[in-house]
Amino acid sequence: MSNEERRTIRRERMQLVVRNKTFLVGCSILGFWLLLSIFGDLIAPRGASDQDFEFVSVGPSFKYWFGTDANGQDVLSRVILGTRLIVVMAFSATTLGTIVGTAIGLASGYFKGKFDMITMRLIEAISAIPVLIIALLAIAALEGRSPTLTVIVIGFVFTPNIGRTVRAAVLGEAELEYVAAARLRTERTPHILFREILPNVLPPIIVEFTVRLGYAIFAIATLSFLGAGVEYGSPNWGSQIAENWGNIYSNIWWPTAFPALAIASLAVSVNLISDSLLEVFEL
Amino acid sequence: MSTANTPTLELRNLEVAYTVRGIDREVLRDISLSIAPGEAYGLVGESGCGKSTAAFAAMRYLPRNGKITGGAILFEGKNIVDMADDEVSSLRRSAISMVYQNPATALNPTIRVGDQVAEVFQLSGISKSDSLEMAQAALVQVQIADPAQVMRRYAHQLSGGMAQRVVIAMALASNPRLLVMDEPTTGLDATVEAEVLDLVRELRRDTGTAVLFISHNLGVIRHMCDRVGVLYAGALVEQGATADLFNNPSHPYTVGLLRCIPRGGLHKSTDRLDTIPGTPPALGTHFDGCVFASRCSLADDNCRTQLPQMVTISGAHVARCFHSDKAISMPRSIEQTEFVSQSEIHATHSGDTLLSINHLSKIFTQDGHKVQVINDVSLNLGFGETLGLVGESGSGKTTIAKLVLGLVSPEEGGVVTLDGKGLAKTLNRRDVHDVGSMQIVFQNPDQALNRRHSVTRIVGRAVERLRGFNVSDAIDRAHELLSGMRVEASLHSARPVQLSGGLKQRVAISRAFAGSPQIVVCDEPTSALDVSVQAAILNLLVDLQKQDGVSFIFISHDLGVVRYISDRIAVLYLGRVIEFGTSQRVFNGPFHPYTEALLSSVPNIDGSIRKRIPLTGVVPSPSNPPSGCVLNPRCPRKAGSGYETLCETEEPNLTEVEPGHFMRCHIPVANLKQLQS
Amino acid sequence: MKQFILKRLGLSVVTVFLVAVIVFFLTHILPGNVARQYLGRGATEEDLAEFRRVFGLDRSLLAQLFGWIGDLLHGDLGQSMQYRGPVSDILLPAIGYSSKLAGVAFFLIVPISIAGGVIAAMNRGKKIDRAITVGGLSAAVIPEFVWAIVLVLTVGVTFHIFPVSAFPDEGDRSLLNQIWYLILPSISLLLVLFGYIARITRAGVIEALESDYMRTAVLKGLTRRKAVSKHVLRNALLPTIAVIASQVPYLIGGLIAVEIVFNYPGFGTILKGAVDARDYSVLQSGVIISSLVIVIFQLIADILFAVLNPRIRQKVSE
Repeated sequence: MSNEERRTIRRERMQLVVRNKTFLVGCSILGFWLLLSIFGDLIAPRGASDQDFEFVSVGPSFKYWFGTDANGQDVLSRVILGTRLIVVMAFSATTLGTIVGTAIGLASGYFKGKFDMITMRLIEAISAIPVLIIALLAIAALEGRSPTLTVIVIGFVFTPNIGRTVRAAVLGEAELEYVAAARLRTERTPHILFREILPNVLPPIIVEFTVRLGYAIFAIATLSFLGAGVEYGSPNWGSQIAENWGNIYSNIWWPTAFPALAIASLAVSVNLISDSLLEVFEL
Repeated sequence: MSTANTPTLELRNLEVAYTVRGIDREVLRDISLSIAPGEAYGLVGESGCGKSTAAFAAMRYLPRNGKITGGAILFEGKNIVDMADDEVSSLRRSAISMVYQNPATALNPTIRVGDQVAEVFQLSGISKSDSLEMAQAALVQVQIADPAQVMRRYAHQLSGGMAQRVVIAMALASNPRLLVMDEPTTGLDATVEAEVLDLVRELRRDTGTAVLFISHNLGVIRHMCDRVGVLYAGALVEQGATADLFNNPSHPYTVGLLRCIPRGGLHKSTDRLDTIPGTPPALGTHFDGCVFASRCSLADDNCRTQLPQMVTISGAHVARCFHSDKAISMPRSIEQTEFVSQSEIHATHSGDTLLSINHLSKIFTQDGHKVQVINDVSLNLGFGETLGLVGESGSGKTTIAKLVLGLVSPEEGGVVTLDGKGLAKTLNRRDVHDVGSMQIVFQNPDQALNRRHSVTRIVGRAVERLRGFNVSDAIDRAHELLSGMRVEASLHSARPVQLSGGLKQRVAISRAFAGSPQIVVCDEPTSALDVSVQAAILNLLVDLQKQDGVSFIFISHDLGVVRYISDRIAVLYLGRVIEFGTSQRVFNGPFHPYTEALLSSVPNIDGSIRKRIPLTGVVPSPSNPPSGCVLNPRCPRKAGSGYETLCETEEPNLTEVEPGHFMRCHIPVANLKQLQS
Repeated sequence: MKQFILKRLGLSVVTVFLVAVIVFFLTHILPGNVARQYLGRGATEEDLAEFRRVFGLDRSLLAQLFGWIGDLLHGDLGQSMQYRGPVSDILLPAIGYSSKLAGVAFFLIVPISIAGGVIAAMNRGKKIDRAITVGGLSAAVIPEFVWAIVLVLTVGVTFHIFPVSAFPDEGDRSLLNQIWYLILPSISLLLVLFGYIARITRAGVIEALESDYMRTAVLKGLTRRKAVSKHVLRNALLPTIAVIASQVPYLIGGLIAVEIVFNYPGFGTILKGAVDARDYSVLQSGVIISSLVIVIFQLIADILFAVLNPRIRQKVSE
């Protein structure tokens, strides 16, 4: 293959990613939510706790596009204002889990031996506890009303899976001869781990990050629905649903449906991005 | 309607294309060949020439994006191009079979091997119990001892050679009139390969099947086939009876190919290998004129614009060239290396021996068993000398390299001495100068070069670490090294994935020379490369040695290459050195029985028939070596030597049987000389 | 083979033990916390001391840990803080209910997901493949409670097809009717678990379809259909077993939200109640039991995998 052809293939791959419909749709929706999370304060027509006692539990209308809930609060504003919390929490938790998981995976995959054995046993043990349950437990035990706590707990819970993926990738890479070649020019371990091996396992890590991000959104939404890990009264989507879902039996669907739609679209947008990346990188 | 004269297989002006990213790329261009009943036709070419495509086309099995764009494929006179799928399946069940590379993966891992062979019989309507019996008989036919046991095994439990026999049994079970074999022995050890090829010749004789034999190995083709076709870039450039084609090659590509193979008798000290400049084109490249014009020293403008037709050389011998009469005497093409030596940085040396390996052993733990991979190996290497390490799989040659380099530490008692100085057992404890003095070029440059680093960085970093240069000086030196190895400056900022195999290997060699080494270990450096590219790399290594005085430890399974490039050779079997001497001695005799068998298993290009000394039985596992001499259960010279009991009970020592020639055998060398003459 | 099973069993025991340790320390991270958490801010020192005495919280942490594990091994799940009665009285019936739900869900999820994966693989690149793959994974990131509520809203309330609670409390208590009531909650779980299982199954089938041995089968003269049924499926299903086992934790975790929405007195509801009331005894024992179930499923899957995979089976029996 000529060099020209090789360079073209690389360019084509990048174009494949960008032109991929799934990727574009995912990016647009995510972009929309990111904008909302930054500028929510300016866009929302009303405050999160503003109550209008004349319009309690009123359906979508010109005045209140998404209707009002049982407290007379504007559903639209609460959905908009709830964006920042879940977006920031999800990104932070995933970043935390990825950094720690990558470190563990690198060490485990490269050094193997006892450290690896112990780490794998711990990872297996943590994986044997459902994510949600371990999160609930930790948050309950730690008097969990703070989002920071939730972020740390979810990050911690994600570490095993990410660690496992990175470890598997590193195990494969460490066998390749360029690592031996690095040792043969007196490179020390930190260099080998971070400048030789890490750049090659970066693609799977990036993809894993986006996958985990989707699950972080999933977990945070569920936890807030269950009443754990969030402050009273904060306009987060999960607790909005928790407060209002009982009313669907009386056909008051709007305070539940719109936050639900928000959760679904945010999660799916992230998932579309990770899907398209998976496709392009053929993982 | 087929008569005795109808060819079993005929490709008539066949054209095949693959659709890649929306564009049709020509893979086979106007191929015409025919195979008579019972004949063996060899199709030879390098990577990307389309030979596998031709093989699959004969089976009417093209990938999803492949299509036949022109011509016909006639099986016993009938065109199978437009045949319905179920008719094609029927043909495959009864008339055409295929065997290809990697026998282990060709078998389903979750079904017993015997059941898979029996499946062929069941397809022609035979009952299940009968088909199992017939399957067992088929295994006997391919000379598998203890077929009943083998029937019950799974694919991963079979050795390479055994698996290939099973696949051949499966292929022949349907009594095909045509057997297509695509690189069937590539990847098998030399002695195993020879056995499988012998088997195929015998079966051909017994069944009268026609064979389409595809390989890149000219020696094997010469040995196995009645007629040969040379494929280049999807076009058949020359075709004829084997002897005619090899004795009187009439296409510049064939001539070039034959010239760049290191044949028996050639040695680096006296002969330089020819190369074919450039690289084989990628599958599907478009050409206006002759496909070979861009690399041909005889090419003129006419060649580049007009497509040459097949020209008759004599009888059935044809070549597609405007200058076929001049081909055999075409000018030689030999590249020079412009390497900038820095050998003055080495301190004056003491004595004649650069590297001394003493009593090296290595034991690995595998699944709880202890496996002795290397057993008390002692060798030495002089200045500016090449030591060839030869051996089949399991011989431990790569482990020795790793021990010498310090990647793996030897057992107690093993010492590696470099230029009079004993080296630390592990790499971390050796000082920078020693580490830089011994470097390695690996077999697979895709894995040996970090795919995320640029070429400059790969070589530059090595210079930085091993010579202590600062970053910018190191980069300058890297450019120098790379250009010296003929890697053009425009490619220096490229990543390895953008380079061809030969270029990648040059980068790997540049990196090895970054620290001005005294020894470079070459572990199968050309095994993954095409023949024409291999010659250029070998020339490069020879030049480097001449100009720089560097020593090589050259590991290869290719005996021709080892013979060409080595000064001295050590033959390894099961982790032991069983013969050690000059290149001349080891290849001309008297031989150690194992070396004898090994040499006789390599088919010669010049067509001379070497008496085959077979090595019976299977390679023993290193975890359970035979008692006495490790070769004794398979040794072709043991019986009747008079030393049988000794061979079975006591392990012989490595003794000097002639000046500078060592052998590990109980049978006195005089007796061997007599037996082997 | 026996040795392999014993070895895996041993590893499972180690895992469960580690889980117990982790769970215990998570619960007791902040010393003195348990009592204060439970009794709330208004508790006096005496109340705290008495509480601690009753529940053995005045012992050292290690003593508590081993005491707890010892009790567990004897089948004693401790005393509930809320009800001052044995935890087993609360948990065991709940586990019974959850098992029914999980069972119905499992029987829906496994065949549908595998079928989805196979169909996607056999129609690779076509619209239905994209629909199954992308659709499945997108559905998987939407939380179960959202699905549950959506299903209740549409199918239950608006269209009255399925009942909106999972528990048939009056009238027909037959098994069939119970299952009918459990279908909607099971579908919520199916929607979340389908995607990943289908995807891995699809990958396994594709790998088998593109393998050398598949090519050999076709070149032997088998029709494509026969080749697929005889050679592909048995190889492709191996990774599927592994992935199903890996999804059991998500199934159990998903029970919580689903049971709440469907008003089902199962394990999840009890757990949620325990979290709200800070009833750590119930929490600890509950979590350990769920982990035990998960580890058992892992063990079964590993053994099944080894039995069906000759590479491992042969290696093990030598």
